[in-house]
Amino acid sequence: MTIEPAGEMPISGNDDVVRVRQLVRTAAASAGFSLVDQTKIVTAASELARNTLVHGGGGSVGIDQTVGDRGKHGLRIVFTDRGPGIPDLEQALVEGWSSGNGLGLGLSGTRRLVDEFSLESEPGEGTTVTVVKWIR
Amino acid sequence: MSHLLRSRRDAVLGRWVELVTEGTRGRMTEGEVRSELTELYGLVEGALTDPGGTTAGELRAALADISRSRARQGFSPTETAVAVFALKRAVHENLDGTGGDAAYADFIDFSAYIDELGLATFETYANAREQVIADQAEQLLELSTPVVKLWDGILGVPLVGTLDSARTQVVMETMLQLLADTGSRYAVIDITGVPAVDTEVAQHLLKTVMAARLMGAECVISGIRPQIAHTIAALGIEFGDIVTKSSLADALAYAMRGSGLRVLSGTDA
Repeated sequence: MTIEPAGEMPISGNDDVVRVRQLVRTAAASAGFSLVDQTKIVTAASELARNTLVHGGGGSVGIDQTVGDRGKHGLRIVFTDRGPGIPDLEQALVEGWSSGNGLGLGLSGTRRLVDEFSLESEPGEGTTVTVVKWIR
Repeated sequence: MSHLLRSRRDAVLGRWVELVTEGTRGRMTEGEVRSELTELYGLVEGALTDPGGTTAGELRAALADISRSRARQGFSPTETAVAVFALKRAVHENLDGTGGDAAYADFIDFSAYIDELGLATFETYANAREQVIADQAEQLLELSTPVVKLWDGILGVPLVGTLDSARTQVVMETMLQLLADTGSRYAVIDITGVPAVDTEVAQHLLKTVMAARLMGAECVISGIRPQIAHTIAALGIEFGDIVTKSSLADALAYAMRGSGLRVLSGTDA
């Protein structure tokens, strides 16, 4: 599996959420995603970038083009923060459960927008969310 | 150095004007350049004689003016800075080479001072640009949230770009006020220009619709493109009983039907 770096940037304000969206849209378009899949990955990135900002107190995002087994291409996005972490991972992924006053669809919905989703979190240490979407 | 600037004033200034005029490539006449540089020359001379005095401040103000006016005339910031740096060459060509080491040291100091002035023009240019960008961002915020009347009793709210909390607030206030002012029963919120609808955007939309509903008006959300529909369905966002349409035309037709209006084709009324 080879990885080509496409970009990395910090997330520290609302403007950065917009920039993450633009960065992901550009990366997805140049990788050759269909319009529907572009919109899905951009929406997923927007959701996770806002989580990084609101719950993680800011962090960073890395975007890579990646090649999986059987040679399929895709885009991998990694969000990292050094925030308070998520105490109960199971609960965080339950549909309709919200720690704030949102719709409670952020993480559970995002998981349905991408092909691979992994959530690692250590209370007090921070959270890392990795998502991958393959080109169909 | 200030002694040299005074004693060989005509030669140094003349050469500076010549160098700068060459660089403007016909965008300014020699006369314009001369009057501009003569003022600067006097101020540089004064600032060097009395480094702590008020002339240094005046010099910077004059440079800022020149930087701004040149920016308006279409000069790049580099060209403006190079024009200032040209003074070094003019002075250097007028040194007679008899001063020895002391003159070298003197020229290096003078050179550093002119570099500083050149960079100051750069900074002014950058600041002016920043100001323009900030103004535009503000204008965009105002421009991008219009509420228009589509028909008697039907308002249109075309949304373009990112829908964040601040924009939603502006849209909601304008729309609710206009609903009250015009007594409209329908508001069509068109999201054709919104590139991505995530849970935050959806939540803002839902809140706006709820607020309108409290005032007795019905909101129709239009401009839901296929990729947005896919994404909203995958995210699991429920729009409940809110009417959504794929195009603004459909939404307008729906609102007109709801208002008891019929659209007839043909010429005879």
